[in-house]
Amino acid sequence: MAGTGKAHLRNSDDVLLRVEDLVVEFPIGRTGLKVNAVSGISFDVLKGETLGIVGESGCGKSTTGRAIMQLPSPTSGSIVFDGTELTSLSGESMREARTKIQMIFQDPISSLNPRRKVRDIVLEPLSIWNRGTKAEQLAAVDKILEHVGIDPQRAAESQPHQFSGGQCQRISIARSLVLDPKMIICDEPVSALDVSVQAQVVNLLEDLKKEFGLTLVFIAHDLAVVKNISDRIAVMYLGKICEVSGSDDLYRNPAHPYTDVLLSAIPVPDPTVAVKKISVEGEPPSPVSPPDGCRFNTRCPNASDRCRSEEPTLREVEPGHFVACHHPLFGGEAPVAVRGN
Amino acid sequence: MNQSDLVRTEVEALVETVQVKTHFKTARGVARAVDGVSIQIRRGQSLGIVGESGSGKTVLSRSIMGLLPRNGVIRQGSVRYQGQEISEHTPKEMRSIWGREMAMIFQDPMTSLNPVMKVGKQITESLRMHLGMSATEAMAVAEKLFRDVRIPEPTRRLNQYPHELSGGMRQRVMIAIAMACGPNMLFADEPTTALDVTVQAQILELLSEQKRDRNMSLLLVTHNLGVVAGYTDEIAVMYGGKVVEKAPTSTLFADTKMPYTEALLRSIPRLDQPSHSRLATIPGRPPDLVHPPKGCLFAPRCAFVRDLCLNEEPELQQAASPDHTYRCFYPVGSPEYLERKVELTRKGEFVATGEVS
Repeated sequence: MAGTGKAHLRNSDDVLLRVEDLVVEFPIGRTGLKVNAVSGISFDVLKGETLGIVGESGCGKSTTGRAIMQLPSPTSGSIVFDGTELTSLSGESMREARTKIQMIFQDPISSLNPRRKVRDIVLEPLSIWNRGTKAEQLAAVDKILEHVGIDPQRAAESQPHQFSGGQCQRISIARSLVLDPKMIICDEPVSALDVSVQAQVVNLLEDLKKEFGLTLVFIAHDLAVVKNISDRIAVMYLGKICEVSGSDDLYRNPAHPYTDVLLSAIPVPDPTVAVKKISVEGEPPSPVSPPDGCRFNTRCPNASDRCRSEEPTLREVEPGHFVACHHPLFGGEAPVAVRGN
Repeated sequence: MNQSDLVRTEVEALVETVQVKTHFKTARGVARAVDGVSIQIRRGQSLGIVGESGSGKTVLSRSIMGLLPRNGVIRQGSVRYQGQEISEHTPKEMRSIWGREMAMIFQDPMTSLNPVMKVGKQITESLRMHLGMSATEAMAVAEKLFRDVRIPEPTRRLNQYPHELSGGMRQRVMIAIAMACGPNMLFADEPTTALDVTVQAQILELLSEQKRDRNMSLLLVTHNLGVVAGYTDEIAVMYGGKVVEKAPTSTLFADTKMPYTEALLRSIPRLDQPSHSRLATIPGRPPDLVHPPKGCLFAPRCAFVRDLCLNEEPELQQAASPDHTYRCFYPVGSPEYLERKVELTRKGEFVATGEVS
């Protein structure tokens, strides 16, 4: 049992992205050791759906996002996007495929070239791919800029540093939309922004998703934001998926002790709500030598001997709600697996 | 000392600022980063300073600590520590206050620790300097401090460099260093912003525990209203270099007066809302501190703005409950506010929190 199971994968014609047994490892120099960033995860995203991926730093959520884009290619596993196996593509065909999947990054200011005019930054993807005449390209750029709430006139005259963080994130979004992608991978797109601006960008992403018929993968550590924007959420811990569920179910009824810990750690903006005692000590172990069995066993309040030796696989505890845990908060103990296969 | 003296000394502020102004000379003109802020922090009390980027919250805490450069900074107003005026102190004079009386922890624990010095050396340095301890004594105290801030295997950790520690561990080291000389006043400037949510909860818990055990005062600077809600006694909301609302924590949340505070609260996504709820936003961006708008600084972004707000700046008003002040002509709950709210709700521009779009 190497993986964390595939019980949660759906058999639907609407699956736009299907990731199976994704493994990403980074060798450490010549030591022979490696960082196990992502250790065999599977998930799928339907057309028009928003999948949220949450977890602490180092859980592999950003690596997963980048692996979908083949930046860098995963160590093993399969990534099928819109019927095409991305891991087997190379060179030109991969570049072509990437126009359909775009990415937005955490730091909006450093992801824009500081020396170029904003309108040229948004135009560049179109000129690289020679989409239409110059006039058509400029018209498309201005239209997109207006969509995201940036004045095209100002964009033609200004460089990124003349815009605020929130505006720069809007510009990044415009750049990602200009090639008319099917899917956008948002890697912590709002964590660097003020709370008021964060709400503006989240609302914008929701609007654009409807207008352009987009599918989103939304990676973040802030569960409140992820919950708001996502249809389905995957919780990651140390390179594995702990729990997959519809977003409202996950919050109403967390099944994995780790999800519960994450939820209880969110500060509530209400002084009448007592601060909950945190049931988790310490920090995640090193991904260089992850613990045997369930990877959360070193910090889990419910850990048993079984958790230290046998790795749990994802199983359904209620319709559409999957958890990889031997002793989940509801849904009963995991059946003991048949050994020796 | 008679009874009335005793009461007075207890109520007297440990740190008090009166009309503190910190203006920076920039190429574009004078930026009013902090513009007339008066706050008091009593012994053992915690005050949260909340605001967006550029509201002046960090500059305020640095102004109190005397950590700003002398050149290009215009400083006015009074900063008192235990009744003593310290705003005119030179860095040399401040040395007797830094560390032993006031200490600070910063947002980014990586850049505030010396990367080429073992953390043990960094913590014993201030013990030997301020308290005149010997190297062995200081090491023993450092080990105890590491234990206090729950660093596992303190003896081994003391011999490590910052890069060998995780972000949460580094922030614990920073807290241990700040606690080393037993300060009366701790400034924590966004202490958890760089940390994961589980580690954030651990660090906040640690700070409030240290505050309680040492009867220390705490000034917690943050942009996250959720963080201050659970861990402060009083909150000051800053906007454009001014305090726009100040109240005991429970009052501020239960009886918000300033539309800005209300808007900030409403823009936080809440877990009890169904997913895909429309989030309330604050349009526009914080004011230009070089050319601040006429009238109320928040007026250009305020949904409840009226002519008066654009022409005249509101003074601090006293709310019904004591210790609650705000700067607004038409506060939340006033007839003008309610009238506008009905209008906005009808137009669909004021979305009640929790409504699904």
